[in-house]
Amino acid sequence: MSGIQNTLTVELQNRTAFTIPVLGGIPVADSVLTSWLLMALIMISVLLATRRLKPDRPGRVQALLEAAVSFLNGFTKENIGQHWRSFAPWLGTVAVYIACANLSGILGFTPPTKDVSVTAALAITSVFLIYGGSFRFLGVSRGLHKFAEPLPLLVPINVMEIAIRPLSLCMRLFGNVLGSFVIMELIKALVPVAVPVAFSLYFDIFDGLIQTIVFVFLTALFTGEALEQEA
Amino acid sequence: MSVAIGAAVAVLTGIGAGVGIGIATGKATEAIARQPEAAGQIRSNLLLGCALAEATAIYGFVIGLAIIILK
Repeated sequence: MSGIQNTLTVELQNRTAFTIPVLGGIPVADSVLTSWLLMALIMISVLLATRRLKPDRPGRVQALLEAAVSFLNGFTKENIGQHWRSFAPWLGTVAVYIACANLSGILGFTPPTKDVSVTAALAITSVFLIYGGSFRFLGVSRGLHKFAEPLPLLVPINVMEIAIRPLSLCMRLFGNVLGSFVIMELIKALVPVAVPVAFSLYFDIFDGLIQTIVFVFLTALFTGEALEQEA
Repeated sequence: MSVAIGAAVAVLTGIGAGVGIGIATGKATEAIARQPEAAGQIRSNLLLGCALAEATAIYGFVIGLAIIILK
């Protein structure tokens, strides 16, 4: 019991990668460092992939990119409705980031999404997107009126949702990634050879991608609901 | 000892999530069998329902971990 407990305590902590020696030292967590690496990697690959785009004769890479972008646009349009255009780039960016973060476990990094601060930040930006979008596109008075729908009686519940939605988005992503991480560690401790590979397929790849889809899908759904106009 | 029991009780939330996801998937399969042309929409609703049902299990898991680590 205490062995497992110690392992879990160690795994749960976010190791400090290094400390910036200003203002008495700013600790930089492992998850931040991995995020920076992933960001650099994504930026470079995006710059390389979009360098030579031709409108008349698309190459193989361009065809793939166009398919991905039109899939994203279709998905956003279907879930958000007429104001989809301003939301599609954000949703796509978050999807790419979370997918890469969850999959980085395969390459031996600690997934940044195992840090509750990272998922909390993502969830809070989601909430700003949802309610900010509502006020931006419906106007302040209509946006406030949204809280009293469908019944004025439900105002407290709708106000509580401002806190509950990010909490559940954050804990869902964090719990899933951490859970699969812990299970993988236990399997590795039990059978170090061959068996972890099969489980890694499920826990790292399948679960990571599913959680990406779920996060983006829920955000899009909530945004669409917040933007819904009364007929 | 009591810590272990507490964590185990917290993880029992998994029962509810499992039953819920099972029922949802079963119903979705029935719906797709009845109306294969609506499969895409049913699948996205199923995904949403599974995510919400699964959240309860995740909360239990997070609380179980919190019990073990913070005790």
